Amino acid sequence: MPETGRKGVNAMTTELKILRRESAQSEAYRQSFIFETEDENAAVSTALTALNARDDLKDKDGKPAKPIRWECSCLQKKCGACAMVINGSPRLACDSKLKELGSVVTVEPLRKFPVVADLIVDRKVMFDSLREMSVWLKSELTPDENTQDIAYEASGCLQCGCCLDVCPNFYAGGKFVGMAGGVPVSRLIEQLPKDEKSEILKEYRKRVYEGCGKSLACRKICPAGLDIEKLLVNSNAASVWKSLFWRKK
Amino acid sequence: MEKTIIIGAGLSGLTAAITLARGGRHCLLVSLQASERAQSVLAEGGINAALDVMGEGDSPQYHFEDTMKGGVYLADENAVRRLTKGAPEVVRWLAGLGVPFNMAEGHLVQRNFGGQKKKRTAYAKSSTGKMIMSALIDEARKYEASGLIERFPHHEFIEAVIEDGVCKGAVVRDCYTDKSAVMRGKVIMCCGGMAGLFPNMTTGTTQNSGYAAAKLFEQGVIFGNTEMLQYHPTTIGIPDKRCLVTEAARGEGGRLYIERNGEKWYFMEEKYPELKNLMPRDVVSREMYFVRRREDCGDTVYLDMTGLSAEIWQKRLPDLRAEIIHYLAIDPAEKPVPVHEGIHYFMGGIYTDINHRTNISGLYAAGECTCQYHGANRLGGNSMLGAVFGGKTAAEDILARGENGNSGETEFSGECHADEPSEAVRKELGEILYSGLGIVRSEAGIDSAIARLDALEKREGIYPRTRLGRSMLMSAKARKESRGAHYREDHPDKDESLRAPTLSWCEDGEVRVRI
Ligand SMILES: Cc1cc2nc3c(=O)[nH]c(=O)nc-3n(C[C@H](O)[C@H](O)[C@H](O)COP(=O)(O)OP(=O)(O)OC[C@H]3O[C@@H](n4cnc5c(N)ncnc54)[C@H](O)[C@@H]3O)c2cc1C
Ligand code: SF4
Ligand code: SF4
Ligand code: FES
Repeated sequence: MPETGRKGVNAMTTELKILRRESAQSEAYRQSFIFETEDENAAVSTALTALNARDDLKDKDGKPAKPIRWECSCLQKKCGACAMVINGSPRLACDSKLKELGSVVTVEPLRKFPVVADLIVDRKVMFDSLREMSVWLKSELTPDENTQDIAYEASGCLQCGCCLDVCPNFYAGGKFVGMAGGVPVSRLIEQLPKDEKSEILKEYRKRVYEGCGKSLACRKICPAGLDIEKLLVNSNAASVWKSLFWRKK
Repeated sequence: MEKTIIIGAGLSGLTAAITLARGGRHCLLVSLQASERAQSVLAEGGINAALDVMGEGDSPQYHFEDTMKGGVYLADENAVRRLTKGAPEVVRWLAGLGVPFNMAEGHLVQRNFGGQKKKRTAYAKSSTGKMIMSALIDEARKYEASGLIERFPHHEFIEAVIEDGVCKGAVVRDCYTDKSAVMRGKVIMCCGGMAGLFPNMTTGTTQNSGYAAAKLFEQGVIFGNTEMLQYHPTTIGIPDKRCLVTEAARGEGGRLYIERNGEKWYFMEEKYPELKNLMPRDVVSREMYFVRRREDCGDTVYLDMTGLSAEIWQKRLPDLRAEIIHYLAIDPAEKPVPVHEGIHYFMGGIYTDINHRTNISGLYAAGECTCQYHGANRLGGNSMLGAVFGGKTAAEDILARGENGNSGETEFSGECHADEPSEAVRKELGEILYSGLGIVRSEAGIDSAIARLDALEKREGIYPRTRLGRSMLMSAKARKESRGAHYREDHPDKDESLRAPTLSWCEDGEVRVRI
């Protein structure tokens, strides 16, 4: 197999300061690890993988350490598994190149979900919200060329939860579901025939529109690069149009 | 009430669950991580079906012929016939679920893909898998809400419960709490390809560790064609894995070349004037391997996409361009991209009949973990089709057989763990397998890999994955011919007496192989 990654000229040394916790119940603590690489594409995921592959993992002070628990799957920023807070911002570990992060990198679990262990959080609340809002089709659609663009964008959500981490208005258990809920709903708002939209629009207004401050902090952070603004404008238009329509009636 | 246990929540697992739920039956949908993280979301190029919308007179018969020929006649003919006949309905169903397939003038459009003479691949730009998955996830949610689908989204398959030769359920572990449970009912394995047997060397995900398949192999499930690995011609190296450059890049006009005496040599076009760069993957990968070894050629093959129009980049391949820029700092619209063959797909896997039943009653399998549709080489776009169609077929068979037994509640209590060696041993095993199962193989190479595997097992112990690895090597050794992805330099020709699947299984702790 050819070498993976492009090799840069210079070796790079990074200190990863990881916020750790053995289980949901135990105390959190910080532990630092040193990682060296010559691969200029090396990301936080590369470092975590390499550290865990060591037979006897030791921290920066030479103290034996347990493997660092984290989730990953695709390692190419397409599945959302590896979302965590890196240098203070929610990001995908596999999309966070070390050379762009500085020599000391802080790594923490996402902040709005319950921690399972180390960098693993339970993102169940996102999936629950979608179920509560009935995000599904009741009957078959007729494919329509004009709705494909919005549907494509809205189907791209990774359910990573980064947007919820930065959103000033979202907290787990609240009525407002944030963009991890708002984006998938916008597919249905776009694709459903006009006379079948009212229920989903009602959910949208209650659980997305009314809670959203529209600062678009989520858009800047979304690792899938989704055009959240376009989706919001589209869904809001449908939703406002509907409410005016109702008032007139 | 009898519940069906589905292991894996990618395309095949979701389709099986939805099909069962539509038939009013309950299932437990078990996966290591949420569906959004399954390997299926990575699929880019598209899904095949003879919709005949491109004015080329396509038909399921042509699709059948291309699939059998592409797999060099090792696939199960009856299963492929059913698959290709059912394909248009599958794609129409997906479109009805709102998958935003590319369209023009009111109908779906299809693109060229390798090994096929007609435009037969329906696609949603370059994220077809993600788009289909999002629609299926929404559809499954409807039945989660009604209680017919019960999700276990951070749960690991540990082993099948097999009593008197009948599968009665599965043992699973909650990865968050470490507690385990016995789930009772029929089981459909939808656990994906065996990428984890080759750590860091494939285009797949870390989630598809290969453990589930390996454990079943150890438990007596018969496998087929495990020597058949697909090397995709165009991958690039990124940290910890290979990253795919979709075949659609060539379907849309990308050309492969190597420098020969200082000039660009479009070797595929010269050698295969009909299908050119779109020959089946096994052929393209092998040609790349050989041209790189020629004295008069350079050591890098390039994929030249500079001739693609702005419209194609924007409307059909937008994500691909961004990806290549991200990893290689090369804009493929302006400069050719260095590419290399990489392990991409496992044609081999659990052996089933055309209804997706395994040799163990009560145990089914569908998706990339099975082997019946693709023979010695899979055509691009046929695996998503096989996964969706397979999940549906397995579930329909279970529906047709009616309910028997009571699954009871799922209770998590004691602890148990997968029977796996350390990461270092898994890596070493991967290197051993790779040394014997490259693009070009020989008896001597395979024997030396087997000897290294013997030594590894002696030193570290025998594990399910070392056994399944042994089956791959022994299958490659037994097939003394060249067919599809399996190329033996010591037997470079096809031997028609070997036109049958390579079966392998584990009996009294010994791995056995028969063609
Ligand atoms: C980069 C890439 C591009 C591709 N492009 C195309 C394409 O354009 N067209 C095409 O037809 N095909 C393509 N393929 C192939 C195709 O995507 C796959 O073959 C198909 O999606 C497999 O679906 P599946 O349901 O079998 O499994 P997967 O989607 O792989 O899902 C496997 C499931 O099993 C679960 N699992 C695994 N092990 C365990 C365990 N021990 N316990 C519990 N759960 C477990 C996982 O969590 C996951 O949910 C591509 C593949 C890759 C990697
Ligand atoms: S726009 Fe602001 S309030 Fe609305 S979801 Fe995004 S971050 Fe939250
Ligand atoms: S909207 Fe973006 S940030 Fe939010 S969950 Fe989806 S992909 Fe992640
Ligand atoms: S591992 Fe899939 S997004 Fe990082």
